[in-house]
Amino acid sequence: MSSYEAGFRVWRGDTEGGGLEDFKVEVHDGEVVLDIIHRLQATQAPDLAVRWNCKAGKCGSCSAEVNGRPRLMCMTRMSVFTRDEVITVTPLRAFPVVRDLVTDVGFNYTKAREVPAFVPPSDLGPGEYRMMQEDVDRSQEFRKCIECFLCQDTCHVVRDHEENKGAFAGPRFLMRVAELDMHPLDAADAEGLDRKTTAQDEHGLGYCNITKCCTEVCPEQIRITDNALIPLKERAADRKYDPLVWLGNTIRRRGR
Amino acid sequence: MATGTEPDLDPAGGVRGASRAAITAPHLRTDRWWLSPALTAAGLLAFVVYSTWRAFANADYYAAPYVSPFYSPCLAENCVPMKGGPNWEIFGSWWGLSPALLILIFPLGFRLTCYYYRKAYYRGFWASPPACAVAEPHKNYSGETRFPLILQNIHRYFFYAAVPVAAILTYDTVLAFRDASYAWGHMGLGTLVFLVNIGLIWAYTLSCHSCRHIVGGKLKHFSKHPVRYRMWQWVGRLNARHMQLAWASLISVAAADLYVYLLATGAFADPRFF
Amino acid sequence: MTQVERQQWDVVVVGAGGAGLRAAIEAREQGARTAVICKSLFGKAHTVMAEGGIAAAMANANEHDGWQVHFRDTMRGGKFLNQWRMAELHAQEAPDRVWELETWGALFDRTADGRISQRNFGGHEYPRLAHVGDRTGLELIRTLQQKTVALQQEDFRERGDYESGLKVFQECTVTRILKDEDGRVSGVFCYERESGRFFVIEAPAVVISTGGIGKSFKVTSNSWEYTGDGHALALLAGAPLLNMEFVQFHPTGMVWPPSVKGILVTESVRGDGGVLRNSEGKRFMFDYIPDVFKEKYAETEAEGDRWYDDPDHNRRPPELLPRDEVARAINAEVKAGRGSPHGGVFLDVSTRMPAEVIRRRLPSMYHQFKELADVDITAEAMEVGPTCHYVMGGIAVDSDSAAARGVPGLYAAGEVAGGMHGSNRLGGNSLSDLLVFGRRAGLHAAQYAGGLGEGGRPAVDEDQVDAAAAEALRPFSAEGPVEGEPDEGRPPENPYTLHQELQQTMNDLVGIIRREPEMGQALEKLGELRVRARRAGVEGHRQFNPGWHLALDLRNMLLVSECIARAALERTESRGGHTREDWPEMDRQWRRANLLCRLADPTGNLAATDPVRGQIRLSREETEPVRPDLLALFEKEELVKYLSEEELHE
Repeated sequence: MSSYEAGFRVWRGDTEGGGLEDFKVEVHDGEVVLDIIHRLQATQAPDLAVRWNCKAGKCGSCSAEVNGRPRLMCMTRMSVFTRDEVITVTPLRAFPVVRDLVTDVGFNYTKAREVPAFVPPSDLGPGEYRMMQEDVDRSQEFRKCIECFLCQDTCHVVRDHEENKGAFAGPRFLMRVAELDMHPLDAADAEGLDRKTTAQDEHGLGYCNITKCCTEVCPEQIRITDNALIPLKERAADRKYDPLVWLGNTIRRRGR
Repeated sequence: MATGTEPDLDPAGGVRGASRAAITAPHLRTDRWWLSPALTAAGLLAFVVYSTWRAFANADYYAAPYVSPFYSPCLAENCVPMKGGPNWEIFGSWWGLSPALLILIFPLGFRLTCYYYRKAYYRGFWASPPACAVAEPHKNYSGETRFPLILQNIHRYFFYAAVPVAAILTYDTVLAFRDASYAWGHMGLGTLVFLVNIGLIWAYTLSCHSCRHIVGGKLKHFSKHPVRYRMWQWVGRLNARHMQLAWASLISVAAADLYVYLLATGAFADPRFF
Repeated sequence: MTQVERQQWDVVVVGAGGAGLRAAIEAREQGARTAVICKSLFGKAHTVMAEGGIAAAMANANEHDGWQVHFRDTMRGGKFLNQWRMAELHAQEAPDRVWELETWGALFDRTADGRISQRNFGGHEYPRLAHVGDRTGLELIRTLQQKTVALQQEDFRERGDYESGLKVFQECTVTRILKDEDGRVSGVFCYERESGRFFVIEAPAVVISTGGIGKSFKVTSNSWEYTGDGHALALLAGAPLLNMEFVQFHPTGMVWPPSVKGILVTESVRGDGGVLRNSEGKRFMFDYIPDVFKEKYAETEAEGDRWYDDPDHNRRPPELLPRDEVARAINAEVKAGRGSPHGGVFLDVSTRMPAEVIRRRLPSMYHQFKELADVDITAEAMEVGPTCHYVMGGIAVDSDSAAARGVPGLYAAGEVAGGMHGSNRLGGNSLSDLLVFGRRAGLHAAQYAGGLGEGGRPAVDEDQVDAAAAEALRPFSAEGPVEGEPDEGRPPENPYTLHQELQQTMNDLVGIIRREPEMGQALEKLGELRVRARRAGVEGHRQFNPGWHLALDLRNMLLVSECIARAALERTESRGGHTREDWPEMDRQWRRANLLCRLADPTGNLAATDPVRGQIRLSREETEPVRPDLLALFEKEELVKYLSEEELHE
């Protein structure tokens, strides 16, 4: 098994400030960036703060920026870099830093709370739900999300404009709205909640300019833009910007 | 508990804001991230320059039996007569400018509001963002929430308009199965160019996100609409290639026009197959 | 007196995995103000790693299924050592718990008529696992997380505060359970990882749902969180642990590259048709069907293959034997020199299903191998080997209420609770266990807390808070010589090194195949590590300092490891997740014996413990006889394999 010494530059610091620190560290065959960060912890920097859990790309904890790109450290193989390349690892740059590679991802939990939950149909009890596979396919794709928040991190709407954080839910949670709107048994309508309208009015769908960075960084390969955000924009357009649809709906309602 | 920090309201900040990790570089990417937006911008720019010249030229757009897709349908009195071709004098004689301008507005609007082209020019021309995780140069950003960009939401109307335009171009392609003296049952290299072009135009038009929404995407229960579900799946497969189709059809439409231009200016004679 | 922040809640749930969240939801719905404390971010719990599905006898795929059948499978899988009442409740309530998830927004894969699809799994007689591709755990955790948020939204509408009735303290760790002078639970002592700040939550009821212990082993499918915290907290609070010798080694973990060694390869690969082969290309599992399962499994490859399409008239292939059997078989093949290049065996789906089907049914496996090992599972075989996966042993609890024995106000659910799975857990029974007993723990904890009334709440003992704070701070002062200790003046120990040595010890000496002398060595080594761990020192300050966190977790891992080693040494038979090379047979007499671990020093003061004698005292207890109507569900011929003569006659 071959091994070599790699150059790493890791951001270390906290809310007071910090900077990139250089390390030389051993790398073995088949390792990923997270292995190297762990080796740094065990041998050179025992208090290097980093979040991680499963190390198998399933929990979405070890999000960071490797050579400037938002990635999961556990799924970034060292073999994608050349041996003489210096690898830069920084915390997510869209969120407030806590310490070293750990950031305050509270923004995402705040946004999660702002999306009204699934509304169960009032006429069905547990065990009575019948849904066809083709009807749940779309929402199932979105439920593959591991909440690594890389899409939220890379989205320029909030990454480059802190002031938009209040109005904009971010790709992850707009996708959640889409998931619920496409859920075959969600009964939000019955409670007077129109997710198509609120996507635009309350969750800031209009801020999205579909530049697809969320899709580019998604480690689960969810087609966030094409399958969630654009369909949601079209659904919002049905409600808000399409007089024909509006007219049709009005007539149908009258006719009932 | 990783949930406590208040948003940092320094609008100038972005990735260099006070609460973020103290890194001054606007990005740390080491790859050639600028290549893709640069190519996009160059490609779009080249098309804009070419098509502006051709649209205002008001000449060399008909070489029997071929009509340039830029000038079809031709809707003013000042059109070159094209036998059996789509020149309907809806606008009469008062229109003095190039008749291309009357019709190009529709495909232009369709492409301008297209979800793929939006991405392309927001990134390529506006640098909003230039590439993923590369800081954008703008101080403020309101996306598509305000006028004029809120108008992007009318994309579907341009889709509705794009369908008849594509139908007329299909008609043109049928007319291309004539020879220079309008006899049917012939084919030349131009016919082939037109066939490829119309194929790509339809593929691009039908792969549109609005189309995907209209044929089935808006439904909550696919299982209750099996035919529309099939259509949605089919459009979805096309839609996955929307970017490639956008470029291919852009190139092919320019190529078809250029082909007609070359024939019309006599730079070239159409090789006939039969 | 240590000045720390205090908060009052009715129920504290330690751990936010499937069991913890289900308990919290139940407690909150019962009206108890509930706090959830978790080491990671909310929604990242180890439950996301569960892949195959949730076992529940809903009979969607096969109408013959029912709770009795599920109960039978569970008891067989556990080699009849299960707390039978838990297995009964589990089998009866699992379908309701799954259906309930749908009303909270879960989207399982569907059958053709729109019901929840169920898949085959090792040890289950019928297709029984509700699943979502191979990411069922993620669906479960996300659904519970979103239900939690839904309840918080409800509280917000009523009271204007999301966290008034149910609050999640993320990235916080509990280091001690506090008790009043009567021995009742009075709260928990915690630190916040981000700031290192201590705080105390005063609450009369605590639900422990911290999961397992895998991080004491080198090759494991478990995440860093699995340091046996809950097991240790219960021990330190005076509650016993049950049958800790039973540790499940999942037969199929990745073996290469080294950095991913141990990561799980879901059992669904075999459930959906994958087969195990040795280096000679032979489906070796046919040689390893134990006598107790002879009638239930196919004898030829042809019969096994027919079973996938016609399960009613054929027997299942032996690749789907319970996990302990498959793990041992793989181990034996590798030992006999018939292993794969990197010391595993081959698991092949590429020749069994079209590439497109593999990608659809096993998307994350496809992705995992592609990304981490450069292996395309649609074109070539995977290399797999056993990996430490689950601990069947755990906190001894009352079957109905999930209350821990001997400590009023303490409850436990999920992997941290013992007994439900006996000596070996069936795949898919874990997620259903979380839901069934998570709910029960939350329910009974809330009722207990509510029954005390405002005046009846146990008071927090300030001395315990001081002691807990001092204990947690010790790694920062480990630099200097410790007075009176033999190794005075030596430099502090690196917690990472200690951890690696512990993992190596457990892996080599108390691993999948156990021998008496090796376990003796392990106990010696654990004694040495324990002494050194008292001098584990850390650099830096308290803010998000992983070295410090690990130093604190070492206490728990050492306690739990000792439990495992001592119990494994004591049980002189092989059963389920406990295999003794020197005692290779299952002994019917041992079926009646439960081994309980307790702290040697009941005051919970670890410092005074003698390094040679150890911290754990073991005791033996006879199990309660299985209720006759449940025994009647089995054929007599089957029972004689498990039960002793006396039991059969009773």
